[in-house]
Amino acid sequence: MVKRYVMSIDQGTTSTRCILFDHQGRLVSVAQREHQQYFPRPGWVEHDAVEIWHTLERVVPQALSHADVSADEVAAVGIANQRETTVLWDPRTGTPLGRAIVWQDTRTAPLVEDLRSRPGDEFFLRRCCLPPSTYFSAPRIRWLFDHVEGLRQRAEDGEVLFGTMESWLIWNLTGGPSGGVHLTDVTNASRTMLMNISTLDWDEELLEFFGVPRPMLPEIRASAESYGAARAVIPGVPITAALGDQQAALFGQTCFAPGEAKCTYGTGSFLLLNTGTDLVRSRHGLLTTVAYKVDDQPAVYALEGPIAVTGALVQWFRDRLGLISTAPEIETLARTVENNGGCYIVPAFSGLYAPHWRSDARGVIVGLTSYITKGHLARAVLEATGWQTREVVDAMNADSSLALKVLKVDGGMTSDNLLMQFLADVLDVPVVRPMAVETVSLGAAYAAGLAAGYWPDLEVLRRNWHRAAQWLPDMAPERREAEYEDWKRAVERSLGWIASPRPP
Amino acid sequence: MAGPVQSIERAAAILRLLASGPRRLGLGEVAASLALAKGTTHGILRTLQNIDFVEQDPATGKYQLGAALLHLGTSYLDVNELRSRSINWADALAARSGEAVRLGAPLEGKVLIVHHVFRPDDTLQTLDVGALLPLHASSLGKVLLAFGSVPLEPAVEAGLEAYTRHTLVDREHLTRALTEVRELGWAAEVQEMITGEAGIAAPVRGHGGLVVGAIGVSGTVERICDAKGVPQPALVTQVRHAARAISRDLGAARW
Repeated sequence: MVKRYVMSIDQGTTSTRCILFDHQGRLVSVAQREHQQYFPRPGWVEHDAVEIWHTLERVVPQALSHADVSADEVAAVGIANQRETTVLWDPRTGTPLGRAIVWQDTRTAPLVEDLRSRPGDEFFLRRCCLPPSTYFSAPRIRWLFDHVEGLRQRAEDGEVLFGTMESWLIWNLTGGPSGGVHLTDVTNASRTMLMNISTLDWDEELLEFFGVPRPMLPEIRASAESYGAARAVIPGVPITAALGDQQAALFGQTCFAPGEAKCTYGTGSFLLLNTGTDLVRSRHGLLTTVAYKVDDQPAVYALEGPIAVTGALVQWFRDRLGLISTAPEIETLARTVENNGGCYIVPAFSGLYAPHWRSDARGVIVGLTSYITKGHLARAVLEATGWQTREVVDAMNADSSLALKVLKVDGGMTSDNLLMQFLADVLDVPVVRPMAVETVSLGAAYAAGLAAGYWPDLEVLRRNWHRAAQWLPDMAPERREAEYEDWKRAVERSLGWIASPRPP
Repeated sequence: MAGPVQSIERAAAILRLLASGPRRLGLGEVAASLALAKGTTHGILRTLQNIDFVEQDPATGKYQLGAALLHLGTSYLDVNELRSRSINWADALAARSGEAVRLGAPLEGKVLIVHHVFRPDDTLQTLDVGALLPLHASSLGKVLLAFGSVPLEPAVEAGLEAYTRHTLVDREHLTRALTEVRELGWAAEVQEMITGEAGIAAPVRGHGGLVVGAIGVSGTVERICDAKGVPQPALVTQVRHAARAISRDLGAARW
């Protein structure tokens, strides 16, 4: 049978989708399904890993049947996944030990505070390039050991497996309790706080520190290489790629050269800059992470600036304030005024991520006068995304010898022309949108197709990338600098609002 | 200033009455509730029924609010919402056709470019979003005129400016062209705005089938048309496919 398509599975925070792509990287078929979010306590966010597996079992055949494609026409399947979400399961039964703890979950906050004071950030930064944060997986494993009786002993006895979502899904796809392979890829492993960022292997000192027994950990593999054939859902189809979703988007945007960067604008936003095979340790509040590793080639690294609240601020404006009825209307409202009227919104709803990393910050609206209308507020909402991006780009330019020359963008907010123009204005570089918005899925497909020989090399993938739109800087430098100063002063006012971290 | 129109006040009262409960009401109940004569009430109900604001149950003869009224508040579609809902399909159209894609909506007697996807050849192109095109000389505008998104008369009265020697400047010619657009379900523009350029467009429909915009491809006449200057059938199919897909997403079930 001719291998005409590559399949990607994007297991995201709210839904799982399966997309088929053709040789030109064009979308052939999509199937998507949401899964339930569990919020058992304030700050806790959980998923049912079994439900997510069942969701995959449904969307994959749907995507095939929508396009009337049979599994043996699929050259390979690649997986992109929500990062850092932690699943523990029993390898004999395949049953998860409790619900998966999602990356947004902040239950480990007290533990993280302890880690930051003792042994301190430096201990972790040296090994895994990540500061202790509720964001990553290792503190969650430690939390589970501390709260579930007998769990640590069972893990030491080899009765418990740990994985992020891609590990869980690949284990199930390759047979589950009867012979499923237990592996992860370097990009996902680089978000656990357990992998040594230089050796790309589990770090003995970190394992010991968190008390994680090695038998429970998956084998760390390249992001694009043959992991084995699926035995369930799509029997016989080779599984040849796994990447964390943001790394997948970087790959889908074909940012293969050092200095190339993309930002995905969703609920939050994630800017990743390819730094090549050089490991750049951030001194300005960014995360150092693995971008991808293809087969036995050297790993490519990235600097990452996660921004917690961007699209979520528009959703808040819509759902909590009710000033608009759909998200795109924010642009209509913002265009009713010429500028922000001196008003700034710093959306530090749960603290600030990159480059500040201040959990004591909370949101502020500054510059309010009787002149301010809802139009000005709408502008301030959109501009908050622009300025937060600028802060991350400044940190990247300070950390890396490669100044950003152009920013590739994707995600839902790229349909907002006012925002995209504002981004180009405040970054003072062109902002370009590619013709494929589904860059996360495309990245997983590209990596899978590359490993399976469906595409010969990165150059071919690069030729599939086409510019759909471009916004050029058009703002007077004096105005840019003056407004950036105003933004920085607004950020200062958001800091230190929470006197001490409250227990969850 | 003239006083309030009594029959409109009464019609509004009838609609409010029908909206006030889940139950269908008979003619007698409506008339009695509002202290109106049965004949008057029947006349108003029949008129409201003609414009789909009221429906009559065929079995019982009782009245309830009509579907058109339910969609009245949702037929307005924000242009930024329209772009957001079209973006994936517009990208797919550009990728498949190899041509630039533009989405237009009516604005003050012109076509407002709401969304623009570059021709996928990575040449230098600039975004046309926010630009205005003439209704009678663009394929997007002809679609909006043909399917009643914008009235024809004001456009004709404003004068049909000649951009090239192919521009339809005669009311008769334009009217005939629009009839053909309605019959075919798509519009073309061949060197009518700019010499050497052509375009193909199809209607984007919202709730209830109302045309809220138009999507199309445009480029050099050699690429858009065959040797005889006829729009390429394959491009027409792709444009109509994209327009139907967006319309389906916008809730225009029948298309």
